[in-house]
Amino acid sequence: MPHIDRRIYEHPIITFNRGKRVIFYFEGHPIEAYEGESVAVALYALGVDVFSWSPKFSRPRGPFCMIGKCSSCFMTINGVPNIKACKYPVREGLVVERQRGWGLLAKSSILEDYKPASSEKIETDVLVIGGGPAGLIAALTAANYDLNVVIVDEHFKLGGQLLKQTHKFFGNVELFGGLRGFQIAEELAKKIALEKRIRVLMSTIAYGVFRGGYVGVVGENAHYIIKPKALIIATGAQEKYLDFPNNDLPGVIGAGGAQTIMNEFGVKPGESALVVGSGNVGLIVAYQLLQAGVRVRAVIEILPEIGGWFIHAAKIRRYGIPILTRHTIKYVEGDVRVRKATIIAVDEKFNPLPGTEKEFDVDLVLLAIGLEPDSRLAIQAGAVVKYMPELGGFVPVRTRFLETTVKNMYIAGDISGIEEATAAMLEGKIASLAIVSRLVDTSRSSKALEEAEKVLKFLWEEYRASPLLLRAKRGKEAVTISINELEDLRKKFPSPVSFG
Amino acid sequence: MIYVEKFTFRETGVIKLEELKRLNLLPPQERLLKGPVAILECPEEIPCNICVPFCPSKAIQMESIIALPKIVWDKCTGCGICVAVCPGLAAFVVDISKQDADYVTIPHELLPVPRVGDKVMILSRSGEILGEGVVIRVWERNKTYVITIKVPKGLGLEVRAILSKPLK
Ligand code: SF4
Ligand code: SF4
Ligand code: FES
Repeated sequence: MPHIDRRIYEHPIITFNRGKRVIFYFEGHPIEAYEGESVAVALYALGVDVFSWSPKFSRPRGPFCMIGKCSSCFMTINGVPNIKACKYPVREGLVVERQRGWGLLAKSSILEDYKPASSEKIETDVLVIGGGPAGLIAALTAANYDLNVVIVDEHFKLGGQLLKQTHKFFGNVELFGGLRGFQIAEELAKKIALEKRIRVLMSTIAYGVFRGGYVGVVGENAHYIIKPKALIIATGAQEKYLDFPNNDLPGVIGAGGAQTIMNEFGVKPGESALVVGSGNVGLIVAYQLLQAGVRVRAVIEILPEIGGWFIHAAKIRRYGIPILTRHTIKYVEGDVRVRKATIIAVDEKFNPLPGTEKEFDVDLVLLAIGLEPDSRLAIQAGAVVKYMPELGGFVPVRTRFLETTVKNMYIAGDISGIEEATAAMLEGKIASLAIVSRLVDTSRSSKALEEAEKVLKFLWEEYRASPLLLRAKRGKEAVTISINELEDLRKKFPSPVSFG
Repeated sequence: MIYVEKFTFRETGVIKLEELKRLNLLPPQERLLKGPVAILECPEEIPCNICVPFCPSKAIQMESIIALPKIVWDKCTGCGICVAVCPGLAAFVVDISKQDADYVTIPHELLPVPRVGDKVMILSRSGEILGEGVVIRVWERNKTYVITIKVPKGLGLEVRAILSKPLK
């Protein structure tokens, strides 16, 4: 058992209030952890870098995304294999094991006790999948018009990626501008808790949409079949991967994954880091690493210009962190964890320039090369999607009110194309108000529509007017269609399901 | 010699004084010599206007949420509220009106937080160590520390960060 303590005890922004101490077992060793931590974080905090070995070549694997999207943290927990350790809260007495190759269901007494969970049927007005900024605002908006709402979220805490944002938000004060991301999450979670019309199903996954307008949702010992009048999918995004030798070594982590480790859970992701990608995520994570006491050797960027906003770049430059444009990562080395990263300059056509290699002794390589909308559930439901590089990948085609080609199925937030949390909240509001206008009586319906138009106007004409958001705006314009076009698409590609 | 230079801050992450000047973000020399005044190093049309409602003197104007902030120089009192609230940590107050030294007020979100009287390393926009300064005021708002440092004369427009000890 490694004896390292990576927990952060002093941080300039966040006070980590750790929960009650619990003991669980990792390969026979008792492990101390704190309630509210995930198994993955608790192990990482003690210096466990290898979470499993790959089936074919037995290569070590460590966590990558830390938000349940990549499966690189699979472990066997209480005899059940392939559990995402990053989404599994620590509990007294858990038995955690690493997998060598495919996990196997143990024939242990633990499993003999397993009874199939009974199914609960739930009827509701609105089902929101994803408890991040878009989903929470959508839920609150609908509840505000007296609709019943169910929120499904895979994590054990509400807030989505707001939980790991320590910087203060931009926008304006009405949109929580000036508050830090995790503070916004706290505020929203408090409001949700006070709403009697909102039911929250934490640690659950929506695994499929079915004929007749049912959504299947599963938790550890729970199963729900939910029939909503309308569905809002706000599943967010996952981090993109980059191709380079040894990119699967533990220590190559998504920038967002590192944010979860250090900002949500207060654990140092490493000692010395190289950040790949200078978009806002890369720049912000570099600054946050500095705040967490991690040395940042450089941020590299393949383009000739910095990708993100100048102000975020200035924040790290003034502490001497170099941003190396026209550079890419060549490979990383290490046995069970990254030890060294080699970068190389590129020419105008992005061809590497031999002889320009530079080496960094780092134990952390953070990939911040972009996000990809998590549109899997929408695709499974039969929504027509389009590949939009400007938006990060496949996104459902939608009306300006964010309805997809599946009737009464809406999207909001990063699933509709990557922007940031403020835009996600505005989209959550728009989708929800559109649904409200269909479900409430006429007088309140027109009020909801009016409100939606106001938000639409602000989002498209003021917020997205920023030249720095132009690429995403163009992308969104290209997949936003009229009602007539929507009807045509529905005829051409009829979905087997609809809601309402 | 007359030539129009391209802005380079998007390549370097460091903005030059003349770039700030061309964008109307630098107070005129007469104003600088009158006493403390804010400089918002916010040169891009990002969707943000947080500083506008928070300025107690209503000195900051913005035509739309994406416009560049504009300070009415004579209304600005150099109070430093914008330094505390700007989410981009892009607001500073400088005072180059004194004979003996310049004074710079910066946002600070790193540990350790220096105390009044501490000697600290002063850093430029590119992280270059410019020398030593003395902390003369420290206050906090939602975990952003607003720190005023006395720096050698001539460095008021250059110092943009401090460190109590060198980074690892
Ligand atoms: S220093 Fe004070 S008065 Fe001047 S712009 Fe900032 S907030 Fe306004
Ligand atoms: S608050 Fe800061 S980032 Fe926002 S507009 Fe003002 S100076 Fe720019
Ligand atoms: S799913 Fe756990 S690290 Fe990605």
